[in-house]
Amino acid sequence: MDQKNLKFTNDHEWIRVDGTVATIGVSDYAQKELGDVVYIELPQVGDTFSKGDACSNIESVKAVNDIYTPLSGEITEVNESLEDKPESINQSPYEDGWIFKIRIDNSEELDDLMSSDKYEEYLKGI
Amino acid sequence: MNVLPELIFNKSKKGKTGISFSFNSFENNTIAVDKKNRRDDLGDFPSLSEVETVRHYSNLARLNHSVDHGFYPLGSCTMKYNPKINEAVANIEKLSAHPYSPNDLVQGNLEIIKTLEKYLMELTGMDAYTLTPAAGAHGEFAGMMVIRKFLSSRGNPRKIVLIPDSAHGTNPASAHFAGYEIREIESNKEGIIDPEILKKHLNEDVAALMMTNPNTLGIFEKNIKEISDIIHENGSLLYMDGANMNAFMGIVRPGDLGVDVIHLNLHKTFSTPHGGGGPGSGPIGVSNELKEFLPVPVISEKDSMYHVNYFSKDGIGRIKNFYGNFLVLVRALAYLKSLGHENIRKVAEDAVLNANYLRKKLEPLLNLPFKSKTLHEVVFSDEGLKVKTLDIAKRLLDYNIHPFTVYFPLIIHGAMMIEPTETESKETLDEFINAMKEILKESEENPDFITNSPYKTPVSRLDEVYAARNLILRWEKGEQN
Amino acid sequence: MRYFPLTNTDREEMKKEIGINDVKELFSDIPKEKSYFSLKNFPPMLHENELIRDFKKYGEKNTFSNFSSFLGGGAYDHFIPETVKYLSSRGEFLTPYTPYQPEVSQGSLQAMFEYQTMISMLTGLDISNSSLYDGGTAAAEGVLLAARKTRKKRIAIASNIHPEYLEIIKTYVQNIDIEIDIVEHDISTGTINPEKLDSILTEEHGGILFQSPNFFGVIEDSEKISGIIHKYKGYSIQAVSEAFSLPFISSPGSNGVDIAVGEAQSFGLPLSFGGPFLGFIVAKKELVRQMPGRLVGQTVDSEGKRGYVLTLSTREQHIKREKATSNICSNQAWCALRASIYLTLLGESGLKDISKSNHLNTTYFVNKVSDFSNVEVKYKRNFFNEIVLEIKNMDSELFLSELKKKNILAGIPLKWFFEEYKNSILVNFTELHTREQIDNFIKSVGELQ
Repeated sequence: MDQKNLKFTNDHEWIRVDGTVATIGVSDYAQKELGDVVYIELPQVGDTFSKGDACSNIESVKAVNDIYTPLSGEITEVNESLEDKPESINQSPYEDGWIFKIRIDNSEELDDLMSSDKYEEYLKGI
Repeated sequence: MNVLPELIFNKSKKGKTGISFSFNSFENNTIAVDKKNRRDDLGDFPSLSEVETVRHYSNLARLNHSVDHGFYPLGSCTMKYNPKINEAVANIEKLSAHPYSPNDLVQGNLEIIKTLEKYLMELTGMDAYTLTPAAGAHGEFAGMMVIRKFLSSRGNPRKIVLIPDSAHGTNPASAHFAGYEIREIESNKEGIIDPEILKKHLNEDVAALMMTNPNTLGIFEKNIKEISDIIHENGSLLYMDGANMNAFMGIVRPGDLGVDVIHLNLHKTFSTPHGGGGPGSGPIGVSNELKEFLPVPVISEKDSMYHVNYFSKDGIGRIKNFYGNFLVLVRALAYLKSLGHENIRKVAEDAVLNANYLRKKLEPLLNLPFKSKTLHEVVFSDEGLKVKTLDIAKRLLDYNIHPFTVYFPLIIHGAMMIEPTETESKETLDEFINAMKEILKESEENPDFITNSPYKTPVSRLDEVYAARNLILRWEKGEQN
Repeated sequence: MRYFPLTNTDREEMKKEIGINDVKELFSDIPKEKSYFSLKNFPPMLHENELIRDFKKYGEKNTFSNFSSFLGGGAYDHFIPETVKYLSSRGEFLTPYTPYQPEVSQGSLQAMFEYQTMISMLTGLDISNSSLYDGGTAAAEGVLLAARKTRKKRIAIASNIHPEYLEIIKTYVQNIDIEIDIVEHDISTGTINPEKLDSILTEEHGGILFQSPNFFGVIEDSEKISGIIHKYKGYSIQAVSEAFSLPFISSPGSNGVDIAVGEAQSFGLPLSFGGPFLGFIVAKKELVRQMPGRLVGQTVDSEGKRGYVLTLSTREQHIKREKATSNICSNQAWCALRASIYLTLLGESGLKDISKSNHLNTTYFVNKVSDFSNVEVKYKRNFFNEIVLEIKNMDSELFLSELKKKNILAGIPLKWFFEEYKNSILVNFTELHTREQIDNFIKSVGELQ
């Protein structure tokens, strides 16, 4: 996966847009910060969320982190393989470790996301 | 070779038993339960003989570190020595009454409860106590509900509880279950609550401030009187988490400083054993205004007899069966009686002296983020070290020393929270200081050696990630355990 | 004073090291005008020999031990082998903290793992936690667990559960968004009527909590109750206040129950005036991430050896703070350890024999008093070790006080809790009652005809 085609948020989520659907996961930086992921609570297909809602959470041994959806819309698919293999988030954050897909309700929200280069800059400032 | 004993389930053999008991014999007596309600199979329930059971648990016992074994400076947990006489007292058979015995047959037990209430009132300057909460968090929950009930009686329960970022982790959860939203308030540079910052968070929705004092940095909230005035002016109440009372027992009474509700941990300050995680006891003390909202049962004294009241018109209700963890109360009272007025203050004085001695000796070696005066405990950071807090903690195990509390409070990077208590000798403190010196030296010279420790414990570092990903929470026949 | 190892010389040296002259300087952040208050109201210290005398005096003021007691109602007097007392009082079990450093806590942790397994086996369910405060708070946690998992706001509760459990549940939910609907039991049977239950339950209910044997000692049809609540996609929660019923009657799990909660004091803990006791909660696997309290899990160390750790701690208060599944931190770990030792020692045959003996002592009494005109056993079948005795010829309190004159504590007056049972008492028999005691009780009841 070429990271250059992804968009990012301040909360370290990545977004890949395919037409009207976006796939969402957490960045490599985020998975390193989280440490070994032991469990992920996935949203349910059909649930709708507004931008910024906590829709899922990721657990490591000593921490729980909410995943906030960067886009409003309906969940169309979730990565069920994470239920048995949460370590995919650590091993392959941009491919096997994707978390959910959401139908984009408001494409203007895409404008608030960072490009890959900008995200790199953002990480340097942390 | 595994040092852990085989699980009892793998040692079991049908037909073995570890007891001998003479049962009544009857003629013509039949079972009065329908067949469909009967159980005749306990599956793989284990069966061992008496000697095998004794060896199993004796071998398990050897794998535990405990206060009886050595230094246990776990911050905020007050791992002081647990006097053996208190166990003997708690085992007096004539105290082990049925909780529904008629009142006139258990006057001694009711007197024990009332006496402990009275002593705690005297020590904390509060006007009334309930001893029923089973643990600190249970007391917090009861205390926050008392506050809510009181505020409701004045017309508005309000919505928000303010909790400093240095508070115990149970505080937000307890306030939440009492129906409140939590707002965190940040500590200032001195590591305490700043009255000016506090004021910014206050409004008519604030029900209470939940303050741990001394806080988890070991620092006394020196502005407590000003804070209590500000809180009260706002129509809010001041809750004090008294888990750290070992720092000021006999020195100051929270009731004299404007505290409205306090909980104490008898398994910390009052020397009752922690039992590997419980039972504890978390009494709450309140000021007069809040007295009528305490949970049941309430014990009263009339005509030199003690009476139990199971109903209270305004109280929050019942929070625990019967009278709480009664035998923990017995031990705590035995402890206070052993100390007497001659020694009560000495507990705090020696605890604080020991902690400050450690602080002084360790300060040249470790980063101390907050320089304010500290009482019973001190919190260092792992900043600037070549290894992490966890690594130092694990290496301490090789010295037969239980580590300090790690990674708490969260406001300190790699926190090492050290609480020696008053029951440790200077020799023990010096051994700990020397161990720390050696470990820090090793960590400079050979950090890998520290990160791979411990070496002398029954098992080496355990894989918590494996445990969480695979979730084996019980033995199953045929599985690998 | 023997609890302070510092000598005055030590104190002087340490003060010098710290750079103070007086220990009071260390307390200078405490408002001066309020510090060093007078301790004159405190009595002087008691030496060890005085202390034990002092507490024995409290014991002498308790006169309950002169009586033959048939009190139960959630606290039961069972046989406790000396081995249990001996092993559980070892300092290695009594004086450690929560096993936060697993490398030096394998003893407590493995024992907890074994406890979790044995409680699971006894209840026929998948996963037990490592203890809660007591039966009543466990019942409250069971209600919260069902509501949390189903995201429903209503829970039905049978009216014949232990009245204190019901009070505690009401306290626990009073400030959070959960509604309780009481399901009245049928007075003629002492149990919940399944048809009536079906007419009360709805899709809005996240569960039904009932007790079996219920407060009147009668076994409920937990299979039917579970079937009904499952129709409405709620959880079946069974409370158990007498753990010794578990080896004797069909298990919660085998009857379709999803969550079992209750009191395991019967497993090796003395009456202790009501505490410390041992709350348990066990549930089906699907509920594990919503469980309250601590869980011990098996893992491996860095050399691949078997070991145990506290696991799934992200559910707990110290990590999830206000979003935690419960605020519980300290639990009743030592009580659970004691129960483990007790259960191991009894083994399968000990558990079966003792529970059967409880029942047979009860049936013996029930049969013997059936000829009496002054009392009637209200529910004559499907009890375990506790019965409701209705007094026909006098006020129940008078009956109790007449028997008390003969040094018998005959039971708990049900009028304390239930208006409709105002002339009945709750009577309990365990294996500790000798035949002579029971015969004497029967004779004394007969004399009041």
